[in-house]
Amino acid sequence: MSILVNKDTRLLVQGITGGEGTFHTEQMIDYGTNVVAGVTPGKGGQDHLGVPVFNTVAEAVRETGANTSIIFVPPPFAADAVMESADGGLDLIICITEGIPTRDMVAAKRKVVHSGARLIGPNCPGVISPGEAKVGIMPGFVHKPGRVGIISRSGTLTYEAVGQLVAAGLGQSTAIGIGGDPIIGSTFTDLLALFADDDDTDAVVLIGEIGGSAEQEAAAFIAESFPKPVVSFIAGQTAPPGRRMGHAGAIISGGGGTAAEKMTALSEAGATVCESPAIIGEMIVKALS
Amino acid sequence: MKVHEFQAKEVLSRFGVTVPDHRVASTSEEAEAAATELGGGTVVVKAQIHAGGRGKGGGVKVVQNPAEAKAAAEEILGMSLVTHQTGPEGQLVRIILVESGMSIATELYAGIVLDRGAEKPVFMASSEGGMEIEEVAARTPEKIVKQWFDTSTGLRPYQARELAFAIGLEGKQAGNAAKLFIALARAYIETDASLAEINPLVVTTDGEVMALDAKINFDDNALYRHSDIAEYHDPHEEDPLEVEAQKFDLNYIKLDGNIGCMVNGAGLAMATMDLIKYAGGEPANFLDVGGAADVVTVSNGFRILMSDKNVKAVLINIFGGIVRCDRVALGVVEAMGQVEVDVPVVVRLEGTNAIEAKKILNDSDLDFLVAADFKDAAEKAVAALAITPDGKGA
Repeated sequence: MSILVNKDTRLLVQGITGGEGTFHTEQMIDYGTNVVAGVTPGKGGQDHLGVPVFNTVAEAVRETGANTSIIFVPPPFAADAVMESADGGLDLIICITEGIPTRDMVAAKRKVVHSGARLIGPNCPGVISPGEAKVGIMPGFVHKPGRVGIISRSGTLTYEAVGQLVAAGLGQSTAIGIGGDPIIGSTFTDLLALFADDDDTDAVVLIGEIGGSAEQEAAAFIAESFPKPVVSFIAGQTAPPGRRMGHAGAIISGGGGTAAEKMTALSEAGATVCESPAIIGEMIVKALS
Repeated sequence: MKVHEFQAKEVLSRFGVTVPDHRVASTSEEAEAAATELGGGTVVVKAQIHAGGRGKGGGVKVVQNPAEAKAAAEEILGMSLVTHQTGPEGQLVRIILVESGMSIATELYAGIVLDRGAEKPVFMASSEGGMEIEEVAARTPEKIVKQWFDTSTGLRPYQARELAFAIGLEGKQAGNAAKLFIALARAYIETDASLAEINPLVVTTDGEVMALDAKINFDDNALYRHSDIAEYHDPHEEDPLEVEAQKFDLNYIKLDGNIGCMVNGAGLAMATMDLIKYAGGEPANFLDVGGAADVVTVSNGFRILMSDKNVKAVLINIFGGIVRCDRVALGVVEAMGQVEVDVPVVVRLEGTNAIEAKKILNDSDLDFLVAADFKDAAEKAVAALAITPDGKGA
């Protein structure tokens, strides 16, 4: 009852021996995620948190059969780590790192697309299929297994939405943070397509924000071919134009990318649009009844 | 990061974009000397602030000789220049650009931004120079021609020629423009720009093609590999509270309302602002304290929030994940001991160790309004505006 990550996930952690890598690998193992390998160049042959460490992704994949990677590599080297995973034959690459130069991501994204892998992020909390696998930095205990999918450009706002769903008695099939950068691996549309085919997802919460036009593209997809209820919220209704609101991609520029235009597009596509972020749970209950 | 026009021109000329002869001045005497050095004839004196619309606001003057340049500089330096981008209080002018006058035949437009959908930069050119490109896009979109280019190959010569011919240039001028377009694209790629714009791009009566104005924004995430560009940072152009917040790695943006907010995570911070508005209030700021909401971060956050005299209530909204709410609560209690907070404070802590956190807040001697949930927090904050300072915590 999930997409992207599940019991069959065999996870490789890039940057496993660093501070962030160590902390979150422990958390993921505690949650029950099958962490099979770590990669830190120069530390191959060691054992870290009971996980074998390799010098390269290619070697780690060869030795352990890893199919998914998560990246905790510092920004100047993170795009290279994404490309290494893409070349290494991973099916799914989840990049947590915040602060990667856009030009580096433009190149990395092109390589990922050529390799046929799927990238989530960067600058995202990762992916969780509650009760199956957590590949990310989100607090696992907040989530409950269930039948609502979540796709979000935010981190803590996603936890807020999850909290509201759980309070309303609803669990999640899979919750995905797609990231707050201008160039990201997977868009709302890419993931809506997966949720459309997932028999164990009944409805989707879509959390967007100002900047870009990914929500409008999602709206077009919903209108044309998404068969399940969608409840959405767009953060930044009160954000001033021309200012970067924390996320590199959250900026209204040249009068485009406002919350209002995204809300209109989603509403016209038949999605439920929440003006207040406090009623996401309530609206999903309504949409499912 | 934004830079001044003269800095953008410095970068562009390094890549081979022709710009008018110019000098930078910060006193009227320097402006006079600059005008003399530039030949003593017609010069343009231009206020250097980060906002656009300087001409309409009176920040650009065309003068005929060095004495007039001095007078214009006296007028412009030290003025609070108000444009549609500065807000009503304007922006203090501290630097001016003195530039040789041009005999202009045609004004054009050239600009590059990242097309997020196409995942590559798009070069836009237009015959409609001097107007804002958004306005051209809205009124006469057919007058904007576009070429998408790959960051690994740059703008190819054939693309540059297509652009030049499409905006009506011919012969030698088209060739000159194409060369400039390629140089602009190289500058965009190699400096990690997020926007590079020449408006107007002019063709002189001699057939030269040059950048009369220039604007470049740089990708903050890539500044670590461009130390020369990072030095262009001008804190005078930013809100002093925002500059202060940067020192502590706090992401703070000042707004016009009166409810100060402190939140972890950018999305939740925006949503909190939205919810305040929805509940009938106005947010005073965006403040993302990030993943390390400890005593130091919370204290610094409080200090910056309270420095904004418009703030009449504070809303703290933390969804603890990796961040533990009890630690945040300890931070809030300690920070309120260190920073004078004389307005009502509404606290909403949810997630990891939220119960322990509530106990810490309740056990402290300080007055908090503890909110039950997200909605309640915003409503309590708006309601708290009505509470007078002496009656706070009621």
